[in-house]
Amino acid sequence: MSVPTPSVQEVKKTTCYMCACRCGIRVHLVDGQVRYIDGNPDHPLNQGVICAKGSSGIMKQYSPARLTKPLLRKQGSERGAGEFEAISWEQAFTLLSERLAKIRATDPKKFALFTGRDQMQALTGLFARQFGTPNYAAHGGFCSVNMAAGMIYTIGGSFWEFGGPDLDRAKLFVMIGTAEDHHSNPLKIAISKFKRNGGRFVSINPVRTGYSAIADEWVPIRPGTDGALLLAIIHEIIAQGLYDRDFLVRYTNAGQLVNLDEKSDEFGMFLRTEVPEEEGCFDPQNKLWWDRTSQKPVITHTEGCDPHLLGEFTLSDGTKVSPAFQLLQARVKDYTPEWAERLTGIPAATIKRLAYEMGVTARDQQIELPIAWTDSWGKEHDTVTGNPVAFHAMRGLAAHSNGFHSIRALAILMSLLGTIDRPGGFRHKAPFPRPIPPCAKTPNTPLAVKPNHPLDGMALGWPAEPDDLFVDEDGKPVRIDKAFSWEYPLSVHGLMHNVITNAWRGDPYRIDTLLIFMANMAWNSTMNTAEVRKMLNDKDEQGEYKIPFIVVCDAFQSEMTAFADLVLPDTTYLERHDVMSMLDRPISEFDGPVDSVRIPVLPPTGECKPFQEVLIELGTRLKLPVFVKKDGTRKYRDYPDFVTNYETEPGSGIGFLAGWRGKGGEKFMRGEPNLRQWEMYAANNCVYHHELPRSYQYMRNWNQGYLEWSQRSRITRYAEPILIHLYSEVLQKFRLAAQGKGITRKPPEHLKQRIETYFDPLPFYFDPLEVQATDTHKYPLAAVTQRPMAMYHSWDSQNAWLRQIHAHNYLYINARTARLAGIADDDWIWVESQWGKVRCMARLSEAVEPGTVWTWNAIGKAAGAWNLTPDANESKLGFLLNHVISEELPEGNGRISNSDPVTGQAAWYDVRVRISKVSPGETAETSPQFATLQPYPGQSERKSLLSFIAGAKK
Amino acid sequence: MTQLALVIDLNVCVGCHACVTSCKEWNTSGQAGPMSDFDPYGADPTGTFFNRVQTFEVGEFPTTETVHFPKSCLHCEEPPCVPVCPTGASYKRAEDGIVLVDYDKCIGCKYCSWACPYGAREIDEKQKVMKKCTLCVDRIYDTTLAERDRKPACVLACPTSARLFGDVHDPESEVSIAIRESGGYPLMPEWGTQPANHYLPRRKTKLRIHEDELVRADNPLKVDGKLPKPAKAEPSLDDVTSW
Amino acid sequence: MHPAFSVIFLTTLIGVGQGLFLALFTVESYAAFDLLPKQDSRFYAFGSALALGFLVAGLIASFFHLGHPERAWRSAAKWRTSWLSREVIVLPAFMGVVFLYGAAHYTGFNPLLATLPSGAPVNVTAILGVAGTVLAFALFVCTGMIYACLRFLQEWHTPLTVINYTLLGGASGFFLATALAALAAPELMRFYAGWTLILTLLALVGRAASLLRNARLKPKSTLRTAIGVKHPRIVQMAQGAMGGSFNTREFFHGKSAALLRQVKWVFLLLVFPLPLGLLAGGVASASSALLLAAFAVQYAGLLAERWFFFAQANHPQNLYYQAVS
Repeated sequence: MSVPTPSVQEVKKTTCYMCACRCGIRVHLVDGQVRYIDGNPDHPLNQGVICAKGSSGIMKQYSPARLTKPLLRKQGSERGAGEFEAISWEQAFTLLSERLAKIRATDPKKFALFTGRDQMQALTGLFARQFGTPNYAAHGGFCSVNMAAGMIYTIGGSFWEFGGPDLDRAKLFVMIGTAEDHHSNPLKIAISKFKRNGGRFVSINPVRTGYSAIADEWVPIRPGTDGALLLAIIHEIIAQGLYDRDFLVRYTNAGQLVNLDEKSDEFGMFLRTEVPEEEGCFDPQNKLWWDRTSQKPVITHTEGCDPHLLGEFTLSDGTKVSPAFQLLQARVKDYTPEWAERLTGIPAATIKRLAYEMGVTARDQQIELPIAWTDSWGKEHDTVTGNPVAFHAMRGLAAHSNGFHSIRALAILMSLLGTIDRPGGFRHKAPFPRPIPPCAKTPNTPLAVKPNHPLDGMALGWPAEPDDLFVDEDGKPVRIDKAFSWEYPLSVHGLMHNVITNAWRGDPYRIDTLLIFMANMAWNSTMNTAEVRKMLNDKDEQGEYKIPFIVVCDAFQSEMTAFADLVLPDTTYLERHDVMSMLDRPISEFDGPVDSVRIPVLPPTGECKPFQEVLIELGTRLKLPVFVKKDGTRKYRDYPDFVTNYETEPGSGIGFLAGWRGKGGEKFMRGEPNLRQWEMYAANNCVYHHELPRSYQYMRNWNQGYLEWSQRSRITRYAEPILIHLYSEVLQKFRLAAQGKGITRKPPEHLKQRIETYFDPLPFYFDPLEVQATDTHKYPLAAVTQRPMAMYHSWDSQNAWLRQIHAHNYLYINARTARLAGIADDDWIWVESQWGKVRCMARLSEAVEPGTVWTWNAIGKAAGAWNLTPDANESKLGFLLNHVISEELPEGNGRISNSDPVTGQAAWYDVRVRISKVSPGETAETSPQFATLQPYPGQSERKSLLSFIAGAKK
Repeated sequence: MTQLALVIDLNVCVGCHACVTSCKEWNTSGQAGPMSDFDPYGADPTGTFFNRVQTFEVGEFPTTETVHFPKSCLHCEEPPCVPVCPTGASYKRAEDGIVLVDYDKCIGCKYCSWACPYGAREIDEKQKVMKKCTLCVDRIYDTTLAERDRKPACVLACPTSARLFGDVHDPESEVSIAIRESGGYPLMPEWGTQPANHYLPRRKTKLRIHEDELVRADNPLKVDGKLPKPAKAEPSLDDVTSW
Repeated sequence: MHPAFSVIFLTTLIGVGQGLFLALFTVESYAAFDLLPKQDSRFYAFGSALALGFLVAGLIASFFHLGHPERAWRSAAKWRTSWLSREVIVLPAFMGVVFLYGAAHYTGFNPLLATLPSGAPVNVTAILGVAGTVLAFALFVCTGMIYACLRFLQEWHTPLTVINYTLLGGASGFFLATALAALAAPELMRFYAGWTLILTLLALVGRAASLLRNARLKPKSTLRTAIGVKHPRIVQMAQGAMGGSFNTREFFHGKSAALLRQVKWVFLLLVFPLPLGLLAGGVASASSALLLAAFAVQYAGLLAERWFFFAQANHPQNLYYQAVS
């Protein structure tokens, strides 16, 4: 061992961003070079551990794919060719601010800002709103919005940042449609502890990889049929009486009476008392139960009353009513395990057994904690109890066009078992739970978009009724992605996957400038990649690009940067300030709110500039109100200064960071700006963790103490209880509008049927939309993707270490399915959908159900992209499945996104394919291929031998 | 006599590769480094790693098990790689049982790699010496590190704490207890190499629900008067006999 | 295993050198007992030089196997445990003796040291010859044991490895000696040809025995023992690296089973019948060209044989490197 140990000179703490998990890290530096990045043991999220990505941060930092200079597309060169000249930041800012100023002064919606990463939304959203454009969103629409919407519209919270399984106390853990996760390290820590404590872990997934590998039982399921499984389990739970009746009565709308008078405008709505109520964003407690003792309707939660959950009753005026639970029971009556077996491929006996395991564990292994608390109706409880069945789900459920209803079914199942915000079940994380739906709303009229004015409302929100939709008088969308329109009314994260197609087609309108931050929309982040690349480069009759100006901000030479007119070099996570804000997606724990920061440990490389600084500079130059003083001069020196001093409203005391507010840092959530706030974060592992009193840590939907604390801290405006929506009035309101009832807006004729069908107040199963429009005899196989653990949620196959683990990808096929098709290991095959085909290599597997093929996503790269050599295996052997997935459904009633009809969630996993061996003599190379990209000015040379020693003299 | 070793718990390993890259990251700039990568941005990137995670499928659909299997030097008690080394570069430390390579003595003849049935050693194509897992010998005794940090990088990184580290000769150590109580086993015992590293097998938790546990007296359906009972019209003994 | 050409040349070249030396000293010993006519010392000197040439060439080839040839001297350190270390000691010792043996003959410095009871003289060259013979056999043992001692390389872990290294090396040396005799000492040609025939036939028996043995080997290690999971069906999906690694380069020949079979038949042909045929023809026609061709053909065959020897060996580590994905 001839190399002497270099002395570790500095250790700096910050927050990882090799994926979206946001672990605390310690960066060890030698002579200013990164020597070692390990997990920060004092960080609440990862408790010292780190993953493969986090450990490979060095190779990201020193990657030859890094952009180091602002770049302008060479005059006369085509988009996509990646021919650039370096320009100065001043030139870039002048160019951009002049163009944006013109747009803002005429029609602000012609500027669209979409970001791949959604952990900077507090600022990006603020910028877009201040600019006045409604055309802003992050990548949630093509990621997992169904998970957010389906859960939040049901229980007021969701998985990942907003809540998760309490595996510390759970006895049974059921994971559906998850292999790796956003919340990656904490979940790994938790699953491991859970298993070691003897918990039982069941994984339901078409594929057995990742976490499923260590499940006690793997239940293979056909993609897109999760809803059928969950509904059948609900059927069984109700049929056997395995639900937690007390929980349903007190904490959900199960007992609330629903109007069954089909002629009434109030059909399907809850009966309400005449008691006048304060209007607001909350669920007024004015609904009715049918009391079992008095056999009369009473106001819910009336002391001494207990409602019927089943039955049909008649009010004195003759109106027929039923408790919501009765309707749920009726809904699932025909969803028998035998019915589900045909759809899911899971034996009915297994479905029943799963239902019994859940129901019996929840009922017989109840946890009781000696924590006294008071519920929203003033009732004091001596204990907190929990039914120790925990669930976790992610994109496997979400990325289907029937995902919203599947996830509603999951949330309802969790509620039936009585596991919401209770020990051993699902636990919320601040700022959740929120009212159902949360209060934020978009404007509901195009008039909100005014030249030289901020947008009058939020660009993204949570519609509660048809009048909340962001449409014009004819019911046409205001947003470029048609979010919050009648096509996808509850598209709470937008539809980034349709932005380019819509803008290219000019439907609903043409835009001028598209600013993309950190999203590879010309490759793995778009559906229909080959066609979208053409759209990006397409011109109209006048020779003008159909999308006139494209700006891309990224740290790396992605496929997307090649299509930019202007490229802005972003920094890496080690070179910038960031906030994991309560206004966005904080890293809260079950026991209370947590937010955190990134603090640069290295100076920016080359001329790289953090995207936040770019936005603040642009905002200042454009004189957007929050970024300038009254006299129009610069208000914030830079991003850290902005974070310290910005308040949501003057004097509101609410800013991007919740910790150490107030002059001396003595306040939390709300307080004057503290000039030493960054220092205090730096001195405290970059984290602010506010641990709630134990009595506030559970039952938070209905926990008076918690809700009042939350209200005082301005986390919520209202302290009303958040009853679980087994039955969704929100959905029913849209259905009523489609049926022509009530005084709200009505959907356009061609969408009425769609709204009426899919806005069902109770979950139901339907074949995914694309499957309905596919000849499944011709295309029999479901094709899905997932990201491998070593690359989950990361965007760097160029990483010298990680790419050695996954340099190319195969299509995994069930061995029997493959043999029937005459396909053997390593064969080159065609994967074909009704949209297109891809040539790739086959790998036979016993860990995938026979009707599914799958691959690791985003391993395949375009030749020369990410500054890999043109013959890199990523481009020659690796492939993208995106080429066979369409962003739109087959033309029927106009063009419509290949998305969930409720939420606009991209239906990635609905595609159906067939597979066949290539003809003899075909090239052993993936297809399609694209023109090779050349390195850009300012990129460092790629080494053919890398012997990295930090601090070694070069 | 101390024998340091890793115990790898396949029951919780999810195959995330954290141990793979954290090892590389620590060691490339450490005493064992550099760990060179050839063609890191080319067609077939290939580099020196002391630790790899492999994946196996066991059984046939639908009863398949996917096994993630981390593998590094097993620090055998009878290391076959040591006696074959002609220079003495390869050695096993008496004080803690770690098998190491003295880079200054190694002539790069690769004979030790032939003598290892596990494929735990490799030549660093840049430095032309044999390299292998050192159990982070430059961490575990470094008193400038906090005590919790005096562990191999892979052990500290592992998110599922699937990697235990300690003295397998101390019967009361965490690793010895794990081997004893959780069925720890060595790899390829047929060669008598007595690997110090052990693996813990998958353990299954099952739930048995007796039919009579399904319905309880406090079944909520009873409250609503809907406890399932057979319809009166269903056949019964009354239909067939009179005694 | 991946057949490394450095080692293929090393083992075959020094085998020729060892065999040739043995052939030379055999004749000298016979001559000492008057069983053969005395030879001109130039015959021994030239023969020794030739043997030394092969040994040096082998030594040079071996350096190509090392990452750090400049440190090769260190490898004598562990002779107590390492057959490789022993080889490293024995090879130069043998080379030194061969040199002295040749030099003694060349310079004529060959004083009589003693006389055996039978009257046979004991000269310096006799002492050196005996020493050389011992070292030549020791070298065969060392070289063979380098492979034979690796117990989990089951194809190698047999006395046949040492026997075959010895017999094949000896045969190739005697082939060369026969050709040399045809050129410089025709009266020895038939003597050498006889021994060549015997050695080659013995080698054939030895090599055939090892082929038969290896064909019937059952690997002791399986994926079951390799990962410790008891199941008859275990399939690797990923080995942790897709761009190859030392493990995939060093332990796999990367050739098809068919090619391996072809190489086997080629070497069986080239090492045994073909050179023996040429030997017969060469002796019958006293053609040194044919005899040289016989040697060359067999040497080519030995290269194939040695390639096959490595390629056929299945390293248990390969169980861990079956598939990528």
